[in-house]
Amino acid sequence: MNQWEVVIGIETHAQLATVSKIFSGASTAFGAEPNTQACAVDLALPGVLPVLNKKAVECAIRFGLAIGAEVAQKSVFARKNYFYPDLPKGYQISQMDLPVVVGGHITLQVGQGDKAYEKVVHLTRAHLEEDAGKSLHEDFHGKSGIDLNRAGTPLLEIVSEPDMRSSDEAVAYAKALHALVQWIGICDGNMQEGSFRCDANVSVRPKGQAEFGTRREIKNLNSFRFLKEAIDFEVQWQINEIEEGRRIQQATVLFDPDSGETRMMRSKEDAHDYRYFPDPDLLPLVISDEWIARVQGELPELPGQMRERFVSEFGLSNYDATTLTANSEIAAFFQSTVAIAGKQNAKPCANWVMVDLAARLNKDGKEITESPVSAAQLAGLILRIADNTISNNIAKKVFEALWNGEGATADAIIDQQGLKQITDSGAIEALVDDVLAANPANVAEFKAGKEKAFNALVGQVMKAAKGKANPQQVNDLLKQKLAG
Amino acid sequence: MINKSLKQLAQALAAKQISSVELSTLFLDRIERLNPTLNAFVTVDREKSLKMALAADARIAAGTAGPLTGIPIAQKDIFCAEGWTTTCGSKMLANFVSPYDATVIRKMHNEAGLVSLGKTNMDEFAMGSSNETSFFGPVRNPWDTSRVPGGSSGGSAAAVAARLAPAATGTDTGGSIRQPAALCNLTGLKPTYGVVSRYGMIAFASSLDQGGPMAASAEDCALLLNTMVGFDERDSTSLDRPVEDYTRDLEKPLNGLRIGLPKEFFGEGCDAEVMAAVRAAIAEYEKLGATTVEVSLPNSHLSVPAYYVIAPAEASSNLSRFDGARYGYRAPEYDNLEQMYEKSRAQGFGSEVKRRIMIGAYVLSHGYYDAYYLQAQRIRRLIADDFVEAFKSCDVIMGPTSPSTAFKLGEKAADPVQMYLSDIYTIAVNLAGLPGMSIPCGFVGGLPVGLQLIGNYFAEGQLLNVAHRYQQATDWHQRRASGAE
Repeated sequence: MNQWEVVIGIETHAQLATVSKIFSGASTAFGAEPNTQACAVDLALPGVLPVLNKKAVECAIRFGLAIGAEVAQKSVFARKNYFYPDLPKGYQISQMDLPVVVGGHITLQVGQGDKAYEKVVHLTRAHLEEDAGKSLHEDFHGKSGIDLNRAGTPLLEIVSEPDMRSSDEAVAYAKALHALVQWIGICDGNMQEGSFRCDANVSVRPKGQAEFGTRREIKNLNSFRFLKEAIDFEVQWQINEIEEGRRIQQATVLFDPDSGETRMMRSKEDAHDYRYFPDPDLLPLVISDEWIARVQGELPELPGQMRERFVSEFGLSNYDATTLTANSEIAAFFQSTVAIAGKQNAKPCANWVMVDLAARLNKDGKEITESPVSAAQLAGLILRIADNTISNNIAKKVFEALWNGEGATADAIIDQQGLKQITDSGAIEALVDDVLAANPANVAEFKAGKEKAFNALVGQVMKAAKGKANPQQVNDLLKQKLAG
Repeated sequence: MINKSLKQLAQALAAKQISSVELSTLFLDRIERLNPTLNAFVTVDREKSLKMALAADARIAAGTAGPLTGIPIAQKDIFCAEGWTTTCGSKMLANFVSPYDATVIRKMHNEAGLVSLGKTNMDEFAMGSSNETSFFGPVRNPWDTSRVPGGSSGGSAAAVAARLAPAATGTDTGGSIRQPAALCNLTGLKPTYGVVSRYGMIAFASSLDQGGPMAASAEDCALLLNTMVGFDERDSTSLDRPVEDYTRDLEKPLNGLRIGLPKEFFGEGCDAEVMAAVRAAIAEYEKLGATTVEVSLPNSHLSVPAYYVIAPAEASSNLSRFDGARYGYRAPEYDNLEQMYEKSRAQGFGSEVKRRIMIGAYVLSHGYYDAYYLQAQRIRRLIADDFVEAFKSCDVIMGPTSPSTAFKLGEKAADPVQMYLSDIYTIAVNLAGLPGMSIPCGFVGGLPVGLQLIGNYFAEGQLLNVAHRYQQATDWHQRRASGAE
């Protein structure tokens, strides 16, 4: 394994979040009764013609601007000809020689914590095309049903350069892209409904070799887990083949999630000749500078810009800033929290969102948008830590109470449950005195030089205070008394 | 009544001399009597037509009629019309009842109030120059029923020539309005590409197809064209420009008109007597105040080869939707999906359509695309440039529409190349996207000869004017065929 280098490029189909289809006025909503959202154009009745949906073009422009790509002044729609029952016209309208978006790149973070590193993945292109319908093979007694509701749904096909060198990088890229298209509002990212699906082109080569190995394309991976499993299997399969003296043949393969294996769908010899040519029903797509400028003006702050701002404005580390901008929901939650807790508390806000909240969400299998603790509630909690009303340890109790809906605010819970930190030095001194008096053995050990005995005494005081004594004050008083 | 112009019919309707129902019945009766000989119509539905006529009469009575409300016309069976069988001359669509109206149909019937007398026969998917490729059998030329009417709008041409309809629509991809107009002594106009919406007009070659009027005179064509044109947001190649009244300039004198005569149109390849009639017509124009100038279209000899790459390429893709899956013909027996496609298409398409699908698939295929398709597109640009150059020294270009008069049924059917050459003068106009007309200009052996007029982009009004003034001075266009009577 170690002498092999893995090379991965990814093609992604992102369904664009337009109300109507790319070349007709029919609705794109998911889940309607079969064929109720297919108009004459989608059915490819004789004589009908496509008319380009400008909203779909705007999505492509947004994407191009978000990845620093060139938005082509002129791009051309082409027909990709092949016969299939879910392709009513017998061709798919796509873009071939002149795509709407050229180049660009995405910066992603691979791995976590200390092992995390940054990676730049370059994009080849992104082009607009229409989705096909669906073939339904069940419930038709030996026949197939066709549902054309999806036919004509706008897609942005996003093609990366073969820049990724591991399945982890591939997944990190797919996740970053997935987050980005949702961030800029061009795709709902729903992978179960097929709104975001990936094909992975995988090859291996001996380390140090300049040429790429022969690639095989794994089609239609609709979860990040499948993407990783499929690539891992495929890589191992290719290495085994080569090590056993066989050559890899260019092919398209499918991943079977049940067996965890990839299997051949068609070889290069079976590849279609799609007979691409410019669609004479559509004029070249011309995008003016004014249009691009307008879309630019409507773009939200992008993850990269936000990351830089989090570093400069809040003094966060690059790792924290990247984690907090991994998707728009996390970023929004964090920003709402900071907005209430204040800039000076940005670091604890980051920690709470990235660590405590993330762990709790993970435990319950919830998304941040479903968090029972709101940003305002979390900010209220952080403010009470900051002003020493509660300690970090008590804060975790309050957080859990908020999570369980035991109170509307951190203050209410602190109040109801009497969790307010004891900072009255007289009261703490009394507790310290009691503990010193009751634990002469520990005192003696400490004086004999056993540092551990000190911690035991702290623990005793905190226990007596039911955890509410200010730890710093307890420390200081104990040290003072023991020294005295 | 049957020989009256559209203007006269409109006056008669307005003056209540005749109702639309009576007028439509007159033509429907003629169709019933003469169509068995001519085979010009593939679908006639008296009930539907009379219902439209009744509605037109109501509009006339209510005073909400347009200039042509109540006048019956024939529609080429390439235009989808809601509730009407729309076959495109093919077995593939023999049972296809359109659930929607083409834009042209909506404009002409719903808006202008014209009455449809039915759907006219045509070469299958508009592929042909003789109307012999129709699944519904050949159309016969009313001037001589042993001869072809031309194609692909042969049914429309024969219908108007035999006065089964006062006027008709046609479509023109490489000459399909102008050549049958020439062969049947009609006036036909192919507008500038993008002037008439293609929505609902079953596509043959999308970048070349254009609908237009076929009638007895330029004036009738102008009136009909007024009802057909206009920007259509459903057709991305439709042009958004101010609507014109095409009758406005009909009477303009021709003094100073510069007629360009391309030397390539007056060389070999054209029947000598046809050429003599064309030259006589040009002499007549000189009498009307026009001058002539020789121009050159140096790449015109490449137009037929370029056309027979581009048109089949587009057709091969356009006709992919006819797969037997959703509508149209499906083979009765098949074992799997591939067979369903193969058998349905093998049985549903005729041989000329299959030939062009195969040529088209070939020229688009990997390894041949550059040599054929891209090369043809380059030639197309050169041909368009030739016209731009020619129009620097003239206002209108003239020449023969077709190199011969109507040929015998079966005469060229076995030789596709001979058939393709019958469009040698018309094809370049489609490749360039220009407007072109054919007008009657004489007879050879009792068969009509057509003069072709080619205008600059959007010069439909000028072409109609040039044609109309000639028709004021001559009576070729008023001669009537009697072969079917």
